[in-house]
Amino acid sequence: MERIPILGMGKLLLVTIQVDMHDRLAMTLQDDLTTRISATGARGVLLDISSLEIVDSFIGRMISNIAAMARVLDAETVVVGMQPAVAITLVELGLSLPGVRTALNVEKGMAVLRGLASVEEEGEEGDDPTAVDAEGRGDAGPPG
Amino acid sequence: MPVLRAEIMPVRSEHDVVLVRQATRAWAAAQGLGLVDQTKIVTAASELARNALEYGGGGTVRLEALQEGVRCGLRLTFEDQGPGIPDIALALSDGYTTGSGMGLGLGGSKRLVNEFDIWSEPGSGTRVAITRWK
Amino acid sequence: MTVPPPTSGSPASATLARTLEQHHDELLAEWVAAQSAVGRMSAGSTSELRQQGGEFLRLLVAGLASGDDAGSRAFAPVRGMLDDLSRSRAQQGFSPSETAMFVFALKRPLFARLRQDVRDADALATETWSATQLLDALGIYTMEVFQRGREDVIARQQQDMLELSTPVVTLWDGVLALPMIGTLDSARTQVVMETLLQRIVETGAEIAIIDITGVPTVDTLTAQHLLKTVTAARLMGAECIISGIRPQIAQTIVHLGVDLGNVTTKASLADAFRLALQRSGRVVARAAAGRQGGAAGAVQPSTAAGASTNRR
Repeated sequence: MERIPILGMGKLLLVTIQVDMHDRLAMTLQDDLTTRISATGARGVLLDISSLEIVDSFIGRMISNIAAMARVLDAETVVVGMQPAVAITLVELGLSLPGVRTALNVEKGMAVLRGLASVEEEGEEGDDPTAVDAEGRGDAGPPG
Repeated sequence: MPVLRAEIMPVRSEHDVVLVRQATRAWAAAQGLGLVDQTKIVTAASELARNALEYGGGGTVRLEALQEGVRCGLRLTFEDQGPGIPDIALALSDGYTTGSGMGLGLGGSKRLVNEFDIWSEPGSGTRVAITRWK
Repeated sequence: MTVPPPTSGSPASATLARTLEQHHDELLAEWVAAQSAVGRMSAGSTSELRQQGGEFLRLLVAGLASGDDAGSRAFAPVRGMLDDLSRSRAQQGFSPSETAMFVFALKRPLFARLRQDVRDADALATETWSATQLLDALGIYTMEVFQRGREDVIARQQQDMLELSTPVVTLWDGVLALPMIGTLDSARTQVVMETLLQRIVETGAEIAIIDITGVPTVDTLTAQHLLKTVTAARLMGAECIISGIRPQIAQTIVHLGVDLGNVTTKASLADAFRLALQRSGRVVARAAAGRQGGAAGAVQPSTAAGASTNRR
C-alpha cells in the first residue's frame, strides 16, 4: 500500500506531499507521523506542500489535524511551499488553517523551527539566520 | 448555451474523486482557463465530489465544455440520490457541517465559481451545478 | 465566412474575368480615382493604390477561373490579400468604411464596362448581379477582418496596460514593493494579486509592501481585494504591509466598516520600508564619522532574531 515517506533529519521530520491525497492515505500519514514523532522525540515537522496544486477542505482539515496532533506530542509544525494559486483559492474558500505556521520554502521553514529553539542540534551545519557576510550585510535567510 | 462536448463520470469511490479532479483540470485547461481559475474550479469540484460521496451515498458528475459567443466555460453537474439537504440556506452558510469537515464545502464552492445552482429534496437526492467562465 | 451559395462554373464568371482583363488599365485608373475621392489619401499613396489595385484585379481574375464563389478555395489568394490590406489599414487608422471602399469602389467602373460589353439585357442583369454578389462578399470580408484586427490591437493594449501598471520591485533582500497606480478594478486586482504572489515565490521575499499612494479611491471591493492579497501572502508564509494610506482613504475605510484586522499599515512607503528592514532583522545605522565623511547609512543586521514567523 502506498504511503507518504517521512524523512528524519535530527530532531526534525520532513514530509513531502506529492500525490493526490485520499482518505486512506491521509489516515496512514497521520498514523505514521504520530508514531514517528513519539519514537524519535522529534520537536519539529516540516510539511512540504509545494507539489500540491489543490488544497480543498479535506486536505486543509488534514493539515490542521497534523499540526494539532504534533503539538500534543510537543512538536511544532510548519507548512511550506504553498503555491500562489492554492493560496488565492484558499482565501476565497474561506479556509484559514488556524494554528498552522507557514513559510515560503523548506529552508525558511527550518529557520522558523530553529528560531523556536525546537530543533537545535550539536554540530548542525546550516545557515544561521542572523549571519553576517563579508560585506557586513545581513541575511534573513538564504535566497528562496 | 452550446455544449461543445460532455462526459459523465462516476463518483462512487475515493479514487473516483481523484479522477474527477484530474478530468476537471484537463477540461478547464482545454477551455483556456488560467491557472488560478483552473485551481478554483478543480477545488470546487473536489469539494462537491466529496460531498456526493460522503453525504449522497455516491453519484455522478457531468462535465460540459461550453461556448457562448466568444466566451468559453466549463460546467460540472454533480448528482446523487442521497438523503437530500433539508435546509439549503443553512447548508450554504460557512461553518455549517453535519460531518467532521470544516463546514465549508457548499458555501466555499459557491465563492469559487461564477454560477452556482442547487436543487435538493429530502429523500430525493441533490443536484449541484457549477460553472466557471474564462 | 458566410457567402451566398455558389453558382459554380457559370459562364458569368468567365465573362467577368474577360471584362476585367480587357479593360484592365481603364478600370484601374477609374478605380484608383474613385478611392482617392473618398477618405484620406495622400499623393504618395496613389501609386500604392495602383499597385494594390493591380494585384487585386490579377488575383480576382485568377479566382474567377473556377467560379464566382468568394468563399471558395479559388479565392483564397484574394482573401489573403484583403487580410493584409485590412490589417495594415486598421493599423494606419483608416475607418472600416474607408477600408471596405477599396473593394466597393470597383463596382461603378466595372458595371460601366459590363454595360458596354454585354448587349443582351438579361445577360447584363445576370452579369451585374453576379459581380455585385462577389464584390459585396469581398467587401464584407474586408470589414470583418478589419474588425478582428482592431480587436487584436485593443486586447494587446489592455495586456500592456495591465503589465505596465503592476510592477513589483525588490527594495532589498527579501523585501518587495508593489506601487499601485490608478483605480483598482476586479480584473486588475486579480492580476496584481497573482503577480505579487508569484514574485514572492520566485524571490523568496518574506515581506511585501503594497503602496497605495497612487490609488485615488478605495471602495469596499478594493479593500476586500487588498485584504485577500494580504491573507493569501500570509498563507504562503510572507507578510504584507500596506503603505501610502492618505487621510481621506483612512476615513473611507473606517466609514465603510472595513476591518483591516491585524494587517500592518503605514502612512508612507519610507515608514513601511523601515519596518520591513526591522522585521527582517536589520537596522539602518550611520557610518562612523571621519571614516568616509559620507552620511550614507549602512544596513546591518540587528541582534534581534531574523526569521519571521507566521502563526495564524
